[in-house]
Amino acid sequence: MVTILPHIHGDTITMSENSFTTAHPSQTITTRKTISQKTIIGWLFVLPALIMYSLFVLLPLVMSVQYSFFQWNGIGEMSWVGLENYQTILDDPDLLGTIFNAFKLVAFFSFIPVSLGLVVASIIHRVAPGKLGEVARIILFLPQVIPLVAAGIIWGWLLARTGLVNQTLNTIGLSSVPRAWLGDFDWALPAVGLIGVWVLLGFCTVLLWTGMTRLDPALYESARIDGAEWFTEFTQITVPLVRQEIAVCLTVTIIAALAAFDIVYVTTAGGPGTATAVPGIQIYILAFTQQRIGLASALSVMLMALVIIIIIPIQFLTQENSQ
Amino acid sequence: MFNKYKSILWVMVLAILSTVALIPGVVAQDSAPNCGTEDVTLNAYFETGFDIPFALAEEFTNQYPNVRWDIRQDQFTNLINSTPRLLSGDNPPDLIRLPTMVSFANQGLLMNLDGYAEAFGWDEWPVPQLDQNRVAEDGTRGSGSLFAMGLNYSLTGVYYNRELAEQIGMTEPPATLAEFEELLAAAKEADLLPIMQWGSARSGMGLAFPLQALMASIGPVQPINDWIYQKPDATIVTEENIEAAEHLQQWIENGYFPPDINAIEYTDANGRFGEGEGVFMFNGDWQNAAYDAAMPGNIGFFLMPPAEEGGSPAAMSAPLTFGIAANAQNSDCAAFFLNWVASDETAREINVRIGGSNPGGPSGLAMPSVEDGSVIAETLAAGVVVGEAGTSMDFIANATSAIFAQGWTPELQNMVGGRQDAQGLLEAVQEEYERELEQ
Repeated sequence: MVTILPHIHGDTITMSENSFTTAHPSQTITTRKTISQKTIIGWLFVLPALIMYSLFVLLPLVMSVQYSFFQWNGIGEMSWVGLENYQTILDDPDLLGTIFNAFKLVAFFSFIPVSLGLVVASIIHRVAPGKLGEVARIILFLPQVIPLVAAGIIWGWLLARTGLVNQTLNTIGLSSVPRAWLGDFDWALPAVGLIGVWVLLGFCTVLLWTGMTRLDPALYESARIDGAEWFTEFTQITVPLVRQEIAVCLTVTIIAALAAFDIVYVTTAGGPGTATAVPGIQIYILAFTQQRIGLASALSVMLMALVIIIIIPIQFLTQENSQ
Repeated sequence: MFNKYKSILWVMVLAILSTVALIPGVVAQDSAPNCGTEDVTLNAYFETGFDIPFALAEEFTNQYPNVRWDIRQDQFTNLINSTPRLLSGDNPPDLIRLPTMVSFANQGLLMNLDGYAEAFGWDEWPVPQLDQNRVAEDGTRGSGSLFAMGLNYSLTGVYYNRELAEQIGMTEPPATLAEFEELLAAAKEADLLPIMQWGSARSGMGLAFPLQALMASIGPVQPINDWIYQKPDATIVTEENIEAAEHLQQWIENGYFPPDINAIEYTDANGRFGEGEGVFMFNGDWQNAAYDAAMPGNIGFFLMPPAEEGGSPAAMSAPLTFGIAANAQNSDCAAFFLNWVASDETAREINVRIGGSNPGGPSGLAMPSVEDGSVIAETLAAGVVVGEAGTSMDFIANATSAIFAQGWTPELQNMVGGRQDAQGLLEAVQEEYERELEQ
């Protein structure tokens, strides 16, 4: 692919990839004019989205940071408290515990769907490239289409004491296992995590499969000639070459885990006790039930910082690898 | 001759005027605010799942056709969260179901109803009706200015499945706590679920009902009300309450509640009770109509018995509270509606039939008739007992806006999971209560 990047050297403009190496002064003016016009048109295209993004993303972000330094009930006067809200979060084991719970969710929302997605995508790619693979992809992707609130309600029924999951366990003779999964202190978080696996597996599978389809079949053919088996192909060719897609999957799913709200709210609302309390739920309760906007904002800012701290290295590592 | 007639006429006029003046209610009603004759649209916020305000709104429009309704509705837990924004917004509701009120009254978001109380003569209604909706200047409830009115006055107690109760030898409601506990043990012995109750975080922990019933059975109600009304230095950690929580813990450990209680929603618990799972269930009279439909002739009700024989039974009895936003556009019409609900014959009849609760209102008004032997008849009769004994309480979950979600629910769930004991439960809730009041 030829990329044309302008570099300005004194009064001349050179374009990379040897499109233009030198230019006549009159040509330079024309090009400058063209570029500035193009730039303006470009900005005009971007402007509507930029306005919306600024209004609904950047502005609330800045306001959240601002609120986090105040004590405010959302209606009355705000009073400056400096870093006290952040200190409260670090001192309160219940608030800090929500962040630990979010990390536990990462295992379910991220690591399981990505690893399982790699295996499933690889199988579809290798074994079922035709109609069968298409059907498998559609079925796996379906949970992405269902609203998470509806999915949460359905899973609430499935995981109830008399729900389908326990009925199945009873039928196969595991009668000591059934329990109210979402009301059990030890099992509620894994049960919510399982719903996350169900939702995100299809997304990861389809994304990784797309990455695999662009790999050169010759690579696999030559590996097979050298006597490589499926597992060797998978670890030596497939996984390294879909690193970019793995990074995207990890980024999206880790954010989904750390910022989880809807599934948790609909299935357990953070209970039993605080077993499934995650930052998303806690921020909602702090802001809207307790009217502690400052503390809720501080927790939001901390969550955002946490997401960035985790996501940036993933991006950085992938870029380095691709270079 | 003319003078004679003129004198008689004057005497008649004066007699009529003085008669009218002697009946304050009549004067008040004549001069009281109303909905006028122009078209009015009342902007209302109701609670999803409670049919009563919708039915009353419909009947009100039948009687006053110039009044239309713009009704929006939401779940109770969502109402808790959205009420501050609704009240402080650009289009504040004329009428809104209030989950709690102290903070909204303190923030100036609710209309002070003292003027309407005087105009409509609410001040002369039996005292307990209005007390729960009063907020004093220091932020305590139970006295001060009126900030809300009840559409009706609900009562809680113990519902029971008559067939199953008979099976465990219950011929009449227990007279003491000990007798009740014997029945629970008998139910467990008979391989029946003694008590059906809900307990999910989404619905809010239903064990708060038996806990409060135990508190009032063992100790006096005043300290509980003081705590709910945020009286200075009020505490929930009292000897009697610790004993009550210990009873509850024992009930949990004895397996008197469903093992999956922490995952049971309110509607599921009622459904399962209606299908015959559970001998007893702690709930309120708003559920009367549904129970009657699910278990016709098989549902009974009694008040939680006192610990001491001969003591007065107590009950949580709270108004179905509605308020008017401070900046509401049609506050006169909304107040007129609240007065109409309590005093109009048809409205009172709807209130009892659909709401299942006491419609309150002026003393001396006849209670709408109900079918003898029905569960509604039982709860209305129980309401009279509690009213006469003066042992009604507000709900411990209404003490502060977040005490239910952040205090009672997680701590009671912890108790079910064996992670919290009686004293720890009350101390944790007290800590949350004090933290919220400090805000």
